[in-house]
Amino acid sequence: MIGITFDWKVFFDYLLPPDRLTRSALYLTLGISIVAQFFGVVFGLVSALMQRSKYRVLRFASGVYVWFFRGTPVIVQIFFIYFGANLFLGYDLFPRTLHLLFISIDGAVLAGAVALSINEGAYMSEIVRAGITAVDGGQMEAAKTVGLTQSQAMRRIVLPQAARVIMPPLGNEFNNMLKTTSLLAFISVRELFQDAEIRYSSSFKPVEYFSGVAVLYLFLTTLWSFVQRAIERKFSESDRDATVEGPGWTRRNFGRLVGGH
Amino acid sequence: MSLQQYIVDAQDVHKRFGRVEVLKGVTLQVKPQEVVCIIGASGSGKTTFLRTLNALETIDQGTIVVNGHRVGWTQDKNGSWVKLKERAMAEIRSEIGFVFQRFNLWPHMTALENIIEAPTRVRGQSKDEAIATAEELLRRVKLSDKRDVYPGRLSGGQQQRVAIARSLAMKPALMLFDEPTSALDPETIGEVLDVMKELALGGMTMVCVTHEMGFAREVSDRVVMMDGGVIIEEGTPEHFFSNPTHERTKQFLSKIL
Ligand SMILES: Nc1ncnc2c1ncn2[C@@H]1O[C@H](COP(=O)(O)OP(=O)(O)OP(=O)(O)O)[C@@H](O)[C@H]1O
Ligand SMILES: [Mg+2]
Repeated sequence: MIGITFDWKVFFDYLLPPDRLTRSALYLTLGISIVAQFFGVVFGLVSALMQRSKYRVLRFASGVYVWFFRGTPVIVQIFFIYFGANLFLGYDLFPRTLHLLFISIDGAVLAGAVALSINEGAYMSEIVRAGITAVDGGQMEAAKTVGLTQSQAMRRIVLPQAARVIMPPLGNEFNNMLKTTSLLAFISVRELFQDAEIRYSSSFKPVEYFSGVAVLYLFLTTLWSFVQRAIERKFSESDRDATVEGPGWTRRNFGRLVGGH
Repeated sequence: MSLQQYIVDAQDVHKRFGRVEVLKGVTLQVKPQEVVCIIGASGSGKTTFLRTLNALETIDQGTIVVNGHRVGWTQDKNGSWVKLKERAMAEIRSEIGFVFQRFNLWPHMTALENIIEAPTRVRGQSKDEAIATAEELLRRVKLSDKRDVYPGRLSGGQQQRVAIARSLAMKPALMLFDEPTSALDPETIGEVLDVMKELALGGMTMVCVTHEMGFAREVSDRVVMMDGGVIIEEGTPEHFFSNPTHERTKQFLSKIL
């Protein structure tokens, strides 16, 4: 019989509890995901607003951005930014360690986060655009008639309503982001997948470590799905306040009993 | 400042959507405190004309002066006409109230928040000051008890009254109404017309697109009939209801009366 037994000890040693290195890999995965998603939303918002600009250059630039970053593999973009920045700029934009004010960051981590942010921005651009389009045109017009400027109306009237439409796909994007960070293993960022890979290559227990790391990713995505559900519940509560017509629930259901009409 | 002769002075207004000319030379003047009702068949250009008055639509030919400002244009220091910047246009718009057929209240804000938004953002009023004005307006439209309610929980008639209050909060020199009651249940039409009537009695200058002939007869100083992108007949309400001259007017009135 050749090695078909699953080594449960390796599996549990890895997971229960994860050691210091795996924990910091977990934090790194989560941290990069949050940062990249945050900037992804920012870039997406800027790109979506550029797409609505009256200046053709801005619309064009935004179009090219979305076209390029949705049209090429993330891994290519990661390599391109990590190695290419060096090549084109003539100096090492992402050295081994970077000292930014109070913290020092691994250059690969920074390059990875930048690549994922820019890539995510292209997807968020489309999502934000769809959200803005979903808001009835009369909303912006009403804002104009009372003298709000275009940008005030966008900020105060349109975007808050677009946010309701944007939230669910944004949640899915973050779920994807948590998993996509694993590609940063290719530029030696010690996030969860790279951590598992290092352990496997010194032990030759691939199935144990890779099923272990699957559990860790599931832990993150499941945790996120709970957060996502809580956020969406909150949104739909205020939706109820905002859009349900007529009398309240009690009155509707027990109106005759309590003597209303 | 001399007393303005006209609040609205629209001369030979033309408007094209693509290759279709929707307004073919509309001329209308409205004096301070005058109430003008615009009637006419569907597609005759009533909404489009009303929207040109506060530059929701730009015009292709003609001039519009509202409350002393040329709509959409201004004179530079050499005296030649140049297009108005967006911010300046917004300022002019803030002096012109517009009430939509479908209310267009902002659903994520309460009735009060809808009303104080522009006074605080555009005029820079303090929140307290804006709230005091808003509460007074809510009293006037008889919705004080709906102060903190979201639009989704208001009936159509209530929403439209909040929308009117929202416009009034900017202390406009002119109010434009585009069929303000035609999206309402019959039983709530009256409450909106009452608010408009009171507004007219209070001396507000108003241009109303409406097919509420009772309102036109009782409140308006002048009725204007549009057909095919031009004004074909205008006169007092009495004139329209006793002996309209134009054949199209007769046809139209016989259909809706
Ligand atoms: N944004 C637009 N683009 C293209 N055509 C338009 C646009 N708005 C209006 N039109 C056309 O212009 C014409 C006049 O429309 P308008 O809405 O001004 O008529 P109306 O008199 O208000 O009619 P109704 O009584 O149905 O409200 C119609 O034929 C309409 O289809
Ligand atoms: Mg119309």
